[in-house]
Amino acid sequence: MHGFKIHHVLHKKDNTKVEFSPEILSKVQQIIKRYPEGRHKSALLPILHIAQEELGGWLSPAVMDYVASLLSIQPIEVYEVATFYTQFYTQPVGKYVLEICQTATCAACGGEDIMEHLENKLGIKAGETTTDGLFTLKGVECLGGCGYAPVMQVNTEFHEHLTTEKVDALLEELKNNKNADKAKESKWAEKFF
Amino acid sequence: MGRKILLENIDKEGIERFDVYRKHGGYTALEKALKLTPDEVTEEVKKSGMRGRGGAGFPTGMKWSFLDKKSNNPRYLICNADESEPGTFKDRYLIEKLPHLLVEGLIISSYALGVNTCYIYVRGEFKYLIGILNKAICEANANKFLGKNILNTGYSLDIHVHSGAGAYICGEETAQIESLEGKRGNPRIKPPFPALKGLYDCPTVVNNVETLAAVVPIISMGGEEYAKIGTGRSTGTKLISASGHINRPGVYEIEMNISVEEFLMSDEYCGGMKNGKPLKAVIAGGSSVPILPAHLILKTANGENRMMTYESLADGGFATGTMLGSGGFIAYDEDSCIVRNTWNLTRFYHHESCGQCSPCREGTGWMERVLHRLENGEGRMHDIDLLTNISKNIEGNTICPLGDAAAWPVASAIRHFRDEFEFHVKNPGIVKNIKHGSLKKYTV
Ligand SMILES: Cc1cc2nc3c(=O)[nH]c(=O)nc-3n(C[C@H](O)[C@H](O)[C@H](O)COP(=O)(O)O)c2cc1C
Ligand code: SF4
Ligand code: FES
Repeated sequence: MHGFKIHHVLHKKDNTKVEFSPEILSKVQQIIKRYPEGRHKSALLPILHIAQEELGGWLSPAVMDYVASLLSIQPIEVYEVATFYTQFYTQPVGKYVLEICQTATCAACGGEDIMEHLENKLGIKAGETTTDGLFTLKGVECLGGCGYAPVMQVNTEFHEHLTTEKVDALLEELKNNKNADKAKESKWAEKFF
Repeated sequence: MGRKILLENIDKEGIERFDVYRKHGGYTALEKALKLTPDEVTEEVKKSGMRGRGGAGFPTGMKWSFLDKKSNNPRYLICNADESEPGTFKDRYLIEKLPHLLVEGLIISSYALGVNTCYIYVRGEFKYLIGILNKAICEANANKFLGKNILNTGYSLDIHVHSGAGAYICGEETAQIESLEGKRGNPRIKPPFPALKGLYDCPTVVNNVETLAAVVPIISMGGEEYAKIGTGRSTGTKLISASGHINRPGVYEIEMNISVEEFLMSDEYCGGMKNGKPLKAVIAGGSSVPILPAHLILKTANGENRMMTYESLADGGFATGTMLGSGGFIAYDEDSCIVRNTWNLTRFYHHESCGQCSPCREGTGWMERVLHRLENGEGRMHDIDLLTNISKNIEGNTICPLGDAAAWPVASAIRHFRDEFEFHVKNPGIVKNIKHGSLKKYTV
């Protein structure tokens, strides 16, 4: 169930200033225009995705308050949404979130072995982040790629037909930063929204 | 080879681009539709007999005719691309390969419904599809098939892509509407139905990706011709997402007149079971439909060949049958542990329950805990009846069908594989040592 997890983070002091760049702000305005006059709240989910990507990788209270102010809605309206959807992180996460499907077909085709392998390799349990802040490991529900099981998603990219060798190679690649910020370079918000 | 009408051009180089799609006859159905009145287009869809491809199988033409056209409010069409039902991945495939087929279907459907604003609700994990769709929409706009005054007919339409953020429940149409309004995905109590009060309390139709894409061939060939494909009330072709222990997992377009056995065994489709292992069970229509053991999925209780149709899969009701659902076909080989699989699915539903109704919120968690202890060799014999009992108390007692979807897999697993549940209670030592549910050569 999607519970309220917000109290875990509210006490954390957050001094970082949060603000979108002018380009992102104009993208936000463009998104808001997709909805009828007075229905700007509809833009909340897309904007939260962008906020999470652009403003630190997770939705801190300060980021959520900023989004509320952009849309002229109450902060609570943002909190209740952010805590409902699994793709929004209300706790800090690593640079790469490894989301491994644990559902039906993936489970039947080795998804749980992949998770176990990653837990051993990274020395953390599902839900935790490595101390260097590079990887967060997360078990997720069906990613809509069952025919290519087992499946994992890293940020926006899908990795399919996983084997332990493939996973190891991917970890190396991410560690060596070869593909670092690939999505960002090519204008993340523009590309996906 | 079965006839392909949706995926006909899927292998054409560059078919995701406007010019190539157009060269292969793209947008001619739209040109044809715009020469008809909106009601005539709806009439063709009615004649086609096509049933919604999102899971419930409700006839699309009939659904469209319920849309309140008298109200002065704007009307909306929402294309449901949330695709989160475990076992289902066809909509993603269709959008990725044939984005213009969907866009054309959306324009025709919007025209029929008198809609000037259409949203495509894409599940948040499929961000890459948003780029593909936006590009197709741009191209259609540039070529005057979309936007203001389409092909000088005076009809105007905007299509916007909207992103979800990871919540299975947002595939349910009223939860999707809430989510599109920027809220938590809590399903609404029906009535009122979206056809009268949907997005922003305006008349709204929510249809699945495949449903809306299929409007294109329906208009091209005419509703009557479309209705000749398939059998009985299962007209047309259906995309099946095939996964599990088979040789050729993937998305297949089938004419709804082939047998389950042909689908599973022939090289044109699943290509038989992986490593030649015997089939143990199949979930035929996505995780929410009842699981069937091999003998009941291949033949009905009357000994007839089970067909890949709405009617045949449902033959025997829930006692011996199942549902076509969203066409998520998952095959399990003989080593699969049904108890673990049932626990897995129940964990899924518990995680995805929006929490509004107590039977669903509490019941899914309760079933998950009981199944977890059974799976780990810590169960008791009466847990099995307890599970049946909980599932019965969820079914039919909730705001939205997620409750039923959580109850059916449990009830059907116990109905057909009770011996395997009992085995878990009687053999805790063996069960505890089984890794990840691989119940190798299990014999009761
Ligand atoms: C829990 C739940 C999840 C659903 N998920 C989806 C989905 O991902 N995609 C979809 O098209 N329909 C989904 N549906 C069905 C929709 O509510 C709705 O019936 C469907 O989009 C209507 O489209 P159709 O008439 O074209 O089938 C879901 C229903 C429920 C109860
Ligand atoms: S049945 Fe479950 S998912 Fe549906 S409204 Fe009730 S609690 Fe929410
Ligand atoms: S079960 Fe893993 S992607 Fe569907």
